[in-house]
Amino acid sequence: MKKIIFTIISISLFLFFIILFDSLKINRVYNTEELVGKPIPSINLEYLNEDKYFNTSDLSKNQFTLINFFSSWCGPCRKEHKYLISLSEKNLKIVGINFKDKKQNANQFLNDLGNPYYLTLEDNTGKKSVDFGVYGIPETILINKNLLIIKKYIGPIDKKDMNEILRSSGIK
Amino acid sequence: MKYTKILILLFSFFILSHSYSDEKMKYKIYKNLRCLVCQGQNIGDSNSEFAQTIKTVINDKLDEGLNEREVYSFLAEKYGDWILYKPPLKNNSYVLWLLPYVIFILGALILFIFLRKNTIHKK
Repeated sequence: MKKIIFTIISISLFLFFIILFDSLKINRVYNTEELVGKPIPSINLEYLNEDKYFNTSDLSKNQFTLINFFSSWCGPCRKEHKYLISLSEKNLKIVGINFKDKKQNANQFLNDLGNPYYLTLEDNTGKKSVDFGVYGIPETILINKNLLIIKKYIGPIDKKDMNEILRSSGIK
Repeated sequence: MKYTKILILLFSFFILSHSYSDEKMKYKIYKNLRCLVCQGQNIGDSNSEFAQTIKTVINDKLDEGLNEREVYSFLAEKYGDWILYKPPLKNNSYVLWLLPYVIFILGALILFIFLRKNTIHKK
């Protein structure tokens, strides 16, 4: 009898430690791996400086498009801006989505730092950005012509990310 | 006149109870969602920019007629299952869901063996 109880307790402890060990490997930080390969939503976004809308499904005209969420009040957005300028100089199509910002401040930001975007759209409530799985800015999404997400970067992109974007979009 | 007053009272009661249950539902959903930018806080308890936006989106989705489950699946599709405090039953969460039952059965088995042993001893 004691043998049976000992076996049951041993199996239970073994299972418990296996699960404990396994759970240590779980990444507790939100990452975007699940979004890679998924399509971007087809939604209408208003142009920053025009009273008309752009549907994101029209991005299928580009071979690759980089979608960047930015704001004038966002410090890290200033940090990554030079890399976006470099990417636009390499002829990568970049769409800027101005997130929860004032139009005047957004334009001032682009006048001061340069405008890498071939399209500048706005999401002044931040609600449409939820459709893209955005939870803070800056965030950058690289999509292909099938509108599938190839890469998603949370936080400011750096030189390494810039080179990765260039490689992924076949420019470098 | 008396009947009109009763009707108005009933109608007001209905409206109030309806909006109360809507609020309760919203708060239940907020509580079941993890704030991705906070340390151990749910959407309902957080005042972060992210939580505020998610709350507005939830309210919009409920107004559009989505039910609780549909709201969870919409947000899980956008942010992954990590946003849900109660992850759905999937291949990678079987252990998580079944472990309490396995432990319960094992515990019951141990208890049964002990009791049986004691009964045999007493006899």
